[in-house]
Amino acid sequence: MMGCKDCGDCTGCSLPVPLPDGKAEYVVALAGNANVGKSATFNQLTGVDTDIGNWPGKTVERVEGLLQHRGQRIRVIDLPGIYSITALSTEEQISREFIAHDHPDVVVNVVDASALERNLFFTLQLTELESPMILAVNQMDLATKKGIALDIRKLSALLGIPVIPTIAIQGKGISDLSDAIVLALSARPKPHMLPYGKEVEERIRKIMEILPAGAGGYPPRWTAIKLLEADSDTIWEAKRSAPDAAAAAEIFRNELERMHGEAAATVLSSERYHVAEKIVSEVMEIRTPGDHEISLTERIDRLALHPVIGYLLLILTIGGLLIWTFIVGAWISEILTVFLSGIAPVQPLVKGSVTDVIFNGAWTGFVAAITLILPYVIPFYLFLALIEDSGFLTRFSLMLDRGMHKMGLHGKAIIPLVLGFGCTVPACLSCRIIESPKQKFLAAFLVTLVPCSARTIVILGVVALFVNIWWALALYLIDFVLIIVLGRLAFRLLPGESVGMIMEMPEYHVPSVPVVLGQTWQRTKSLIWIVLPAYIIGSIAITAAFAAGLLEPINTLLSPITVILLGLPALTGAVFVFGIIRKEMTILALAALFGTTIFSTVLSPVQLIVFGLVAMLYAPCISTILALAREFGWKQALSIAVLETALAIALGAVAFRLLGLVM
Amino acid sequence: MTSEQLEEYLESILDIEAKDGIAKTSAIARCLKVAPASVTEALQVLSEKGFVHYEPYKGATLTELGREMAQKVKRRHRLLEVFLTDVLHISRENVHDEACRMEHTLSDETECALCKLLKAPARCPHGSLIEACNLPVESCSACLAGKETDIASTRDKPLIPVTSLEPGQKGTIAFIRGDNSVVQRLTDLGLTLKTEIQLIRKSPMLGPVEIGVRKTRLAIDHAIADHIFVTALLEKAG
Repeated sequence: MMGCKDCGDCTGCSLPVPLPDGKAEYVVALAGNANVGKSATFNQLTGVDTDIGNWPGKTVERVEGLLQHRGQRIRVIDLPGIYSITALSTEEQISREFIAHDHPDVVVNVVDASALERNLFFTLQLTELESPMILAVNQMDLATKKGIALDIRKLSALLGIPVIPTIAIQGKGISDLSDAIVLALSARPKPHMLPYGKEVEERIRKIMEILPAGAGGYPPRWTAIKLLEADSDTIWEAKRSAPDAAAAAEIFRNELERMHGEAAATVLSSERYHVAEKIVSEVMEIRTPGDHEISLTERIDRLALHPVIGYLLLILTIGGLLIWTFIVGAWISEILTVFLSGIAPVQPLVKGSVTDVIFNGAWTGFVAAITLILPYVIPFYLFLALIEDSGFLTRFSLMLDRGMHKMGLHGKAIIPLVLGFGCTVPACLSCRIIESPKQKFLAAFLVTLVPCSARTIVILGVVALFVNIWWALALYLIDFVLIIVLGRLAFRLLPGESVGMIMEMPEYHVPSVPVVLGQTWQRTKSLIWIVLPAYIIGSIAITAAFAAGLLEPINTLLSPITVILLGLPALTGAVFVFGIIRKEMTILALAALFGTTIFSTVLSPVQLIVFGLVAMLYAPCISTILALAREFGWKQALSIAVLETALAIALGAVAFRLLGLVM
Repeated sequence: MTSEQLEEYLESILDIEAKDGIAKTSAIARCLKVAPASVTEALQVLSEKGFVHYEPYKGATLTELGREMAQKVKRRHRLLEVFLTDVLHISRENVHDEACRMEHTLSDETECALCKLLKAPARCPHGSLIEACNLPVESCSACLAGKETDIASTRDKPLIPVTSLEPGQKGTIAFIRGDNSVVQRLTDLGLTLKTEIQLIRKSPMLGPVEIGVRKTRLAIDHAIADHIFVTALLEKAG
């Protein structure tokens, strides 16, 4: 079997016997940098049937799928896209613990053929974990376009593992990769040990000599390297189980630092790059010097990053995204609502038999979720996946970085903020892409203030329709000003540090249909999982409470706020409570409780504006609160809800009094 | 001419040169609030000492020696400003004049100690970039860890921050300023010492800069990129 390791196209070897039962017996982990086509490779290997969850106790998404090939059922885990496993971000920790402790049968390292040197840095770190490995050299087409030719056989011989060239977005090389994975299940190709510089290797060897076997569950060489790099977890572990080695490592580390005048971890990183450079110089041949030719990416960037044209393009794209969402969304929503109302009436029912009320509550919640997700969210995600996959979104992040600094955020925060116009829940979840915990929370907080599609419907349906469009736009303007002001305030008040942006700029390419559809489907799926139960249960609970005769007490209880502070009728208390399920439910509840859909007959223009303002700002909907709690804990989620409710009441009270003077 | 006056002249020539390309007598006079006649006189002295190239009626430009001297004073000036604002909490409006008077008396040793105390700051309180020091180090960790640094030796090639390169210009990384976490983050992305990098584009108002390294492109926050110092390569591309 081992004779096959150097030839990726060898099919003559005997394959493992297929398992009789339907269970997945093997685990394969996909690892690699971001933007190398790891997700595309994952989608090609597993098809659309993927499981999305969280890593236990972590807020990092875990994507898992099933590869069925040659009678084998293999569980494929898509590890987070990272650049290094030296520094300790959550993603990096998850990846290294998974590879070291869960012992996947094979680690498939996806690398970008056109940026081999940078990618091999990560590959070298993976080889230190000494798991069976396969290298999938992706984006071969891009490399060819850049005039780069790679000697795959030589690369395989140098690393000691199978190397498979792929073009994942076109599905090329995927069957070879699947073959290699199945072969590797029994061949278990271990990568060669690639030595670093002499002074480093010597010290690694000396530490390994005094390390007791199996310390910390990691390979001894890895432990020795991490001790040299002053990795805090490894040192803590070694001080307990191998104090001699920890002490020796400290001496060696100081020696290295004195010799190089920089931190030992930096020395090791430079060593890895040095090895990567050497490998690349042996396997890579540049046929046309790409430097002097102006690439397509450069041509597009000259427009996309132009100080004037670039911003125009950005406004057009984001504006287009929103307009597309609302035009397409309103159209589909209309059709769906008509269709679903035909099945059973969609209106919060507050009296009747217990089963009726529960059914009505559940049905209303279900319809609310369906008429939000399908019509508004899917078209939004589709468009977003297009600008994301093509490479434009990264450019927008770059363009907006400066402005985001004013709110203590950086350019990457544009992604959650834009997502927030569709639905707040996935927008909160997408704040994960921001590195520092402070900025992550700050972004999530601001996202809850972005007018989502449901809030837009309220503003349009109450204020624009019955007062005028200008007041509706004014409300939007107030919201944007609030986001900036509160962002600046929260940035000052929240503890923790802000980290500047470092972001890879991928080449532009024509978006691939499977990737865009896959991305849209995965986002929609994870949204349904949170939103649907929340809507149904929340809706039952609130309708049941009202049916149990709590309507009057709640209105009375809230009347000091609704009547005295906000100048609204007492009935709106119950309306706002309904709105917590979904902001748009305030319109339904308003109609049900007042018995009319012409709101101007029951509310004055001032009342309509105040109602719209409060509905826009008060506590985020129940799904958002759940999502926030999942990401940041209940304390933070409830603080945001309470703060925003207080803010809505305060601003509503001020607006009521000011508007009363002029209108 | 006192050494204090000399340094003030060099500093203002550096500033004006950066703005206009050549420092005219009248501009220097305005900047230092002295009569044009005394500027002409001073420039002749500076020219004799080899600090400036002076052409009557055209103006002055700094020689290699003069530039080195001016940058050294500038660096001290800005370090002092950071010290006065961050440590002594003196208001930002007042620190400039104060630093102007203190900068001429600072020794190499004090400059180095100040840099350590302030943890190698990248910018002065007014937002101007602080030059890298002239010690032959490749990162700040040696200094910041409190180890002995030999302040007598100097670099053989002038360093410039990557953010001062022209778009398309290349340089070799010679020094990365800042504590270990900054250095490590950059190193892991392939920005290791002696690596050739290219400034691809800058964005307006100190927005992120785009850098080409190891066949990939990175957008880096301007404040982080300020930490990367290179020796410029003469060849220009693109």
